[in-house]
Amino acid sequence: MNIIVCMKQTFDTEARIVLENGAVKEDGVQFIINPYDEYAVEEAIKLKEAEGGVVTVVTVGPARVEEAIRTALAMGADEAIHVEDEAAFGDEVTVSEVLAAVIKDRPYDLIIAGNQAVDDGSGQVAVRVAELLGVPHISTVTKLEINGGEVVAERDAEGDTEIVTAPLPVLVTAQQGLNEPRYPSLIGIRKASKKPIAKVAVAELGLDALAIARRSSVVEIVLPAAKGAGRVLEGDTGARAQALVRELRQTSKVL
Amino acid sequence: MDLRLSAEQEAMRKLVRDFAQRVIVPQAQRIDDRDEFPRDIVRRMGELGLLGLPIPEEFGGVGADYVSYMLAIEEISYASAAIGVILAVHTSVGTMPILHFGTPEQQERYVPKLAAGELLGAFALTEPNAGSDAQSIQTRAVRLGDRYVLSGNKVFITNGGEADIYTVFAVTDPGLGAHGMSAFIVPRGTAGFIIGKKERKMGLNGSATAELIFDEAVVPAENRLGEEGDGFRIAMSQLDGGRIGIAAQALGIARAAFDAAKGYTLTRKQFGRPIADFQAIQVMLADMATQIEAAKWLTYRAATLRATHLPCTMEASMAKLYATDTAMRVTTDAVQLFGGYGYTKDFPVERYMRDAKVTQIYEGTNQIQRIVIAKALARLALD
Repeated sequence: MNIIVCMKQTFDTEARIVLENGAVKEDGVQFIINPYDEYAVEEAIKLKEAEGGVVTVVTVGPARVEEAIRTALAMGADEAIHVEDEAAFGDEVTVSEVLAAVIKDRPYDLIIAGNQAVDDGSGQVAVRVAELLGVPHISTVTKLEINGGEVVAERDAEGDTEIVTAPLPVLVTAQQGLNEPRYPSLIGIRKASKKPIAKVAVAELGLDALAIARRSSVVEIVLPAAKGAGRVLEGDTGARAQALVRELRQTSKVL
Repeated sequence: MDLRLSAEQEAMRKLVRDFAQRVIVPQAQRIDDRDEFPRDIVRRMGELGLLGLPIPEEFGGVGADYVSYMLAIEEISYASAAIGVILAVHTSVGTMPILHFGTPEQQERYVPKLAAGELLGAFALTEPNAGSDAQSIQTRAVRLGDRYVLSGNKVFITNGGEADIYTVFAVTDPGLGAHGMSAFIVPRGTAGFIIGKKERKMGLNGSATAELIFDEAVVPAENRLGEEGDGFRIAMSQLDGGRIGIAAQALGIARAAFDAAKGYTLTRKQFGRPIADFQAIQVMLADMATQIEAAKWLTYRAATLRATHLPCTMEASMAKLYATDTAMRVTTDAVQLFGGYGYTKDFPVERYMRDAKVTQIYEGTNQIQRIVIAKALARLALD
């Protein structure tokens, strides 16, 4: 089975975000595999281990992204394609066009991506890729099984679980709970050094840089307002309920 | 001149650091308090590949370069110097001699299991009357047909009692001095091989340091490592690597102490401001950081020479000497910066200070290191 994973490198979720000239400052920030994409990588490797096949990681980003690729390869992915080209760094439209162009001429049975990236959180790219490729997609998957020529997926549907089947090839997006991503082993890191990473430019994909250029623009980035300290309400249940309602009316004015 | 680590070295370092933070740091204080050998952590280190890091892949190891192995010792020691020494001894002197001097049968039989962490290794050279003067060992090995009978006592054996496989040095020909010494692979459980007293130590609690007693222990001749008389050469061949390993351990301890102290001086307030605002404190932190930086590069340089199979006896001794003296000074200063709190067991710096002390003593005392350096200088002068 040929499995393709769409992966993005993001800031470490523990990183302290600093804004400089209207952008998030990258100096001194640790980068990681987007946690949802890490579930995707893990699921792909698990399926490969069970069913056999090849796991290819596809990513778009600057040179620093290679560290995330090496981590995925150390976890057990087999090969990687890295689009390291300014023309590919746009918005969701740009990235999905690029990913679809990379994937379309390759053999694939299953495409797995994260449900969203923890930085921009748009949740658009993977679904757009499925549309561009003309394959079905199942989003926010919490359990995945291959059953002959189809997938059986459990998906998170507003707190309920929906069971969805779709024929291969299909794109699924990983939700938290799908699996517990493994840590790479030291031997995995050694092996990763010997695995191929193909570098691809937008022009080589037959894409017109202008046609896929970003169509949206970021107007402003602001940090969330500092959160005040919490308050524990005292007294018996009745008194605490009254105090809570009073606070919600007077202080936060939500009632 | 390129002083950067390779991407692979960085990745391995990060993996080991994450493991140490996740698995070892939460346990480090308890391991020290209870002086219990951390079997579970050692098992998990084996699963990660840490116990066979510089062992070639064909022998079940990771096949990492020597610098990556030193980085691993440093990162593990940052979290727990006791586990750092378990790792260093198991690999540098517990496994390497069998890899380098073993027959194909011995390599096949022991190295893959040692590399996987299924077996733990140890090295038994030191005796009550033979420390720095290793060629004065008195443990005897007398050949009887296809067996040797070992008699004598070993002391301060790291991993003693916990290890499965011991490389033991004994005299086969008392008339020949250093050339009369031979090495033997002795599994735990061998009849007549008794684990003696476990030392209660100032630091490195959790690592086992024990006396080994050979009371007419019978070892098959096929377990002899190398030829008769090769013992001293085998023992000495591991010294450079062992010393760089202890330099890396000391570097890890020093860095841990410095990070703790720096963090504390930024939060501890006196006279209305963090004590890091005071120049007297800043001077101490600057000195500590500078010494650590120097120790780091001496260690990495020696490791790089060793990794590329270049002579490194003098550089290994310099790294060991300087890094361990640095660890002692920096940990002492860290306790000082913590003030009264530093003297309590509520903070880790007193542990770092106790752990640092032995690094100046074992794997060749720092007095011996200076002699090694001076001898190397004399040789250089003659060339």
